[in-house]
Amino acid sequence: MSTILTRLDNISFTYSSENKEVLNSLSLELEKGGISTILGPNGIGKTTLLYIILGWIKIRKGAVLHKERNMEDFSRKEMGRLIGLVPQYEHISFEYSLLEYVLLGRAPHLNSLQSPGDNDFRIALEALNKVGLAEYSDKSILHLSGGEKQLVLLARSLAQEPELLLLDEPMSNLDLANKIRIITILKSLKKEGVTILLTSHEPEVAASLSDSVILMGSDFSIQQGHVDEILTKENLSRIYNIPIDIKEIDGRKIILWH
Amino acid sequence: MVSAFKPLNKRVLLTLLFSSLILIFLFALFLGRYPATGFMNPGLLWTDPLARKLVLNLRLPRLLTSLLLGITLAGSGMVFQMIFSNPLVEPGFLGVSQGAAFGAAFAIIFLGSSIWVIQGSAAFFAVAGLGLSYLIARRVHFGGWILRLILSGIAVSAVYSAGIGIMKYTADPLSQLPEITFWMLGGLWSVTWREFFIVLPVSVVAMTIILLMRWKLNILSLEDETAFSLGISPGRYRLIFLISATVATAALISVSGIINWVGLIIPHISRGLFRSDTGMSLPAAMLLGGIFTMVCDTIARISFAGEIPLGIITSLVGAVLFIILLLKKNIKVQK
Repeated sequence: MSTILTRLDNISFTYSSENKEVLNSLSLELEKGGISTILGPNGIGKTTLLYIILGWIKIRKGAVLHKERNMEDFSRKEMGRLIGLVPQYEHISFEYSLLEYVLLGRAPHLNSLQSPGDNDFRIALEALNKVGLAEYSDKSILHLSGGEKQLVLLARSLAQEPELLLLDEPMSNLDLANKIRIITILKSLKKEGVTILLTSHEPEVAASLSDSVILMGSDFSIQQGHVDEILTKENLSRIYNIPIDIKEIDGRKIILWH
Repeated sequence: MVSAFKPLNKRVLLTLLFSSLILIFLFALFLGRYPATGFMNPGLLWTDPLARKLVLNLRLPRLLTSLLLGITLAGSGMVFQMIFSNPLVEPGFLGVSQGAAFGAAFAIIFLGSSIWVIQGSAAFFAVAGLGLSYLIARRVHFGGWILRLILSGIAVSAVYSAGIGIMKYTADPLSQLPEITFWMLGGLWSVTWREFFIVLPVSVVAMTIILLMRWKLNILSLEDETAFSLGISPGRYRLIFLISATVATAALISVSGIINWVGLIIPHISRGLFRSDTGMSLPAAMLLGGIFTMVCDTIARISFAGEIPLGIITSLVGAVLFIILLLKKNIKVQK
């Protein structure tokens, strides 16, 4: 029997500056140890949803529960150990080595006056190793390509060792090989019991990776369910508003657009 | 530029910096214009009562204050640069220095010139200057964060400068004006043990807090949502760091007057040598800052019979160094 790690109960959210309602009466559940992918057109509120789960964006209506506990009852440090975030892009102002940057992920495991110790270095190096950048651990982060930078951001979250990992379009800058590398890493994290929630623009990635798919359409419609029941050509054609066909080759879903 | 120093080498380099700081301190203590210009024989301490008095009552407190000044300005400069993710800020650019000077002038004219009142007033207006620059920058709706912060800092500093100008105009030219003018140029020639012991506790407490928490500065240089996702309350940490840095800077400035460029240039040199991780680069910046102001103040003290104000020397040396670093492309500004 599976348990629920995170539950969103009837949440609504409006950006106060634009008075634009982004989410309305949304409910969903993240199963512990599962991979869920959020699909939906640009500007529909996928990133907003991630930030609400993280607690960075506060909601006025509804509740977010982690482990059946209200999010507000967690201390900041507890939250840092519970949830990690891989942002889609991050501006880096100063020159760090890759290892120093990945070490920042250890923050929730250190108290206010502590600096990372040997154990933290070991974990950070291991994280760099997982994304395939260990040999460049002393290289400057400012010299990385966009894709390598995304891998470093992932490594930082691996060093954080969260129970729930949120990723905002983690594969948007990656070439095919690195995309597969990330898929492999996420699958192995799942085996370690980590719960994963990512946003994506690629239904095929969602199909190859996810246990559950969350479709966000306009008019605040939301559908959550198993890949096979959600990723249908009717659903995809509806949310992206273009005719889409799905073919299955060697048991894998291929998306065709006309 | 990738730093050539690995962690072990960095530790060696830090130790080297520390030893040179001690050596320069001892050397500067015996440099001066008595009995003749140049290096004084330390043996005179035991034989010449005037030399002893000079070294122990004049040079030693002044040298210690210049050391404290450099440590505080460089440490605070690093705090500002990391917190605002902006390698081009220093307390002088964000209304802190001008605010402190305004507060001091205000106290000299209206509140009487007790050193405690001057300090308190300087600290108050310094914090107000920083707060104002920050709030205005947040409300500007064009340009990147760096540009907005610098623009509003310049504007706030200019308002303070105008205020200082008005007060200078109305000040008593015999008693108050010289004191205010001293403030604007910056110098340590009037420092005695009294001034040193007044600024010592504030700056030592503030710099200790910053040193102990220094690794977290790395996290604060990230975007707020990332810092938040790492289990940090960015707002709370930022407040602790900013108040420590601003209060310590204001305390030192209330004794030394405005000393520019140290807080900008020293963190750059430190990051160039140690890279950005504040675990190493912050203590290194403090050591480098201490060395820098000790050397500058010794030059101010001995190069001419009449003193050159310290602020002029740090500006001259700092600005030239800055131009050199800019041309060597060692200063990276993005956004």
